[in-house]
Amino acid sequence: MNRRAQAVTMLLLGGALLRATFADLHLRYVKEALGPFLIAAGAVLVAAGAMTLWYDLFGSKADAAADLPECADDGHSGEDGHGQRVHKEPRVGWMLLLPVLGLLLVSPPALGAYAAGQAGSALSTQQQSDFPALPPGDPIALNVSDYAARAVFDKGVSLQGRTVELTGFLAANPEGGQYLARMVLSCCAADGRPIKVGLAGDAPTGQADDRWVKITGVYNDRIGADPVNKSQIPYLQVTAWAPTEQPRNPYE
Amino acid sequence: MTSQTRTAGGADPEQPAASPDPPAGDDHAGNDHAGHDHTGHDHAGAARRRWGGIGSVEILAAILILLVIFKNQVSALLSVQSLATWTTVFVSVMVQAMPFLVFGVALSAVIAVYVPRAFWARALPRHPALAVPVASVAGVILPGCECGSVPIGASLIRRGVTPAAALAFLLAAPAINPIVLTATVVAFPNNPEMAVGRGIAGLVVAMIMGWLWTRLGRQEWIRLPYRPDLEGVSKARAFWTAVRHDIVHAGGFLVIGAMAAATINVVIPERWLLTLADNPVLSVIALAVLAVLLSMCSEADAFVAASLSQFSLTSRLVFLTVGPMVDLKLISMQSGVFGRRFAARFAPTTFVVAVLVAVAVAAFAF
Repeated sequence: MNRRAQAVTMLLLGGALLRATFADLHLRYVKEALGPFLIAAGAVLVAAGAMTLWYDLFGSKADAAADLPECADDGHSGEDGHGQRVHKEPRVGWMLLLPVLGLLLVSPPALGAYAAGQAGSALSTQQQSDFPALPPGDPIALNVSDYAARAVFDKGVSLQGRTVELTGFLAANPEGGQYLARMVLSCCAADGRPIKVGLAGDAPTGQADDRWVKITGVYNDRIGADPVNKSQIPYLQVTAWAPTEQPRNPYE
Repeated sequence: MTSQTRTAGGADPEQPAASPDPPAGDDHAGNDHAGHDHTGHDHAGAARRRWGGIGSVEILAAILILLVIFKNQVSALLSVQSLATWTTVFVSVMVQAMPFLVFGVALSAVIAVYVPRAFWARALPRHPALAVPVASVAGVILPGCECGSVPIGASLIRRGVTPAAALAFLLAAPAINPIVLTATVVAFPNNPEMAVGRGIAGLVVAMIMGWLWTRLGRQEWIRLPYRPDLEGVSKARAFWTAVRHDIVHAGGFLVIGAMAAATINVVIPERWLLTLADNPVLSVIALAVLAVLLSMCSEADAFVAASLSQFSLTSRLVFLTVGPMVDLKLISMQSGVFGRRFAARFAPTTFVVAVLVAVAVAAFAF
C-alpha cells in the first residue's frame, strides 16, 4: 500500500468514525461518553490523511527525498542480503479497510437477543446493599438493571406498592416464554452482558425475539435461575405492554 | 487468527543460531518473510513493487467500487445471527480502540519528533536495572489502554531508551493507570483490596519483565519496522509521517487482533467456562487464558471480572493482571511492531510471570 492509498484509507477511516458519531451509530458499539474522543480521533485521522496527500502532492523535493523509500522498491537497503526489499508494513494497512467497510457499509446492529442468550445474566453480587426509595412517579421508569438489582438484592422492598415501567427487548427464555432483556456495557460491545427479567402475568405474546417493548408491571417475588450461569433472574408481574422503538442508546 | 496461534506457539523457523542480523536500530533486514502471509491479501504484491500503471490507489478504488456494488450481498450475511454478533463485536472493538490508538500514536510521534534524545538520558537512570522501576512507575501517568502503549514503547526504543525500561513502561501503563484502577474500585465496591492487588501485581510484573530483559533479552529479537527517516525534514512533516506510519502499521495489526477477539467472543460459550469455576487451580488457568483470548480493554475488564462471581477472587485478580499485558490484539500488535521473534518470547513469558505474581499477591492480600 503506497502513501497515497494509505492517505485515502485514513481519510475513509476518520470519515467513517465522524459519520458514525454524528449519526449516533456509535451508540450501538461503545459508551456514549466516548463520543467526543471518537470525534477527536476521527479528526486526527482525517488530518493525517490530508497532510499525507498534501506532502505527497506538493511537498518540497528536499523533503520528499527523505520520505521516499517506503513504497518504492529501490535499492535503499544495502544491508539486506536477499537482494529484495520486503515490507510487511504497507500490506497490513489493507486490513484497515475492514472497519471502514463495517462502519460505512454494513453498520451492524446493536447486540440483541442472540447475544443475550449466549451469556448469563450479569447481576453483580458486588451491588450496594442500600437501595434508596424510588422517586415519585406512577408508573416510574426504571432501568432494567436497577429493577433487577432491587428485586434480587433488596428482596423487592423498595419496589413494594409501586408500578414500574421497563424498556428492553424480548429474548427467548429456555424454560418457556420470553425474558425482557437489556445489554449492559462498561466499555464496548465486546464486554456487553445481558440483564434478564422474567415476565409473569399478562406477558407479551406473539412477538419475535429482539422486539423492543415497554412493559408496565409490579414486583413479583418469583426468582428464576439463568440456565447459562445460574445467576438469579427476578420476575415482573406484567400489567400492560406495548411495542416500542429501539431507544437512542440501546444499552444501559 | 492463524498467525496468532502460530506466533504464540513459539515456533520460530527463522531463528538461526548465528544470525548476522544488524541490531534493532537498523530496521531494514529482510527476515520478515514469515510475517507476510497472515495479512493474507491478494493485492499485497502491489506494495512490493510498482506495477506498470496499476498502483495501490487504483486497487483501493477498485475494492471500494466492488464493495459499494455488492453492499446488499455483504449486508445479507448479517441475517446469520452469529455473524451479525461477530461483526458488531469486531466493529465495536475497533471503534473503542481508535481513540486510544490515535492518542498513543500522536504521543509516540511527539516523542519521535519533538522530544530530544538527550531528554531520555536525563530522565531515566543510566543503569538499565534502575531505569526499569522508574519506567514502571511512570506508567501510572499514561491514561490509556494497551493499544496505545505499543507504538509508544516502540517510539521510546527508537529514541534510545533502553528496551528493558521501554518494555516495563509498555506493560505498566495499561495495567496501573488511574482510570483502570478507578474502574476496578467502582466494579468491586465490596472488595477494595482488588484494586490495590491489581496495582501491585501490575507494577511487580512490569518490573520483573524489565529486569528479565536486562538479564536474558537480546537486542536482535526486536525488529522495529522500517520507518521513513525523520531526520532532515521539517518537524511538521516528520510528525505527520510518523503518525501515518504508526496508524497504518499498528492499526492494521489491531484489526487482526480485533477479528480474533470477536471470534473468541462469539465462539466460546460461557457455560463451558463455569464448569471450571469450582476447582482452585483450573479456575486460575481458565481466567488467565480467557483474559488472553477476550482481549478486552483494560478499562472494561474489571466490570467483566465482577460479573464472573462464581470464580474466586484470586482467579479474578489473575484475570485483571494478565489481561492488560498479554492478549490476542497485543500479541498481534507486538509481533507487527517489534517483530515476531520478540513477540514469540515476550508474550508467553509475560503470561507466566503475570499468573505467578497475581497468585502470590492474592495469597498475600486476600
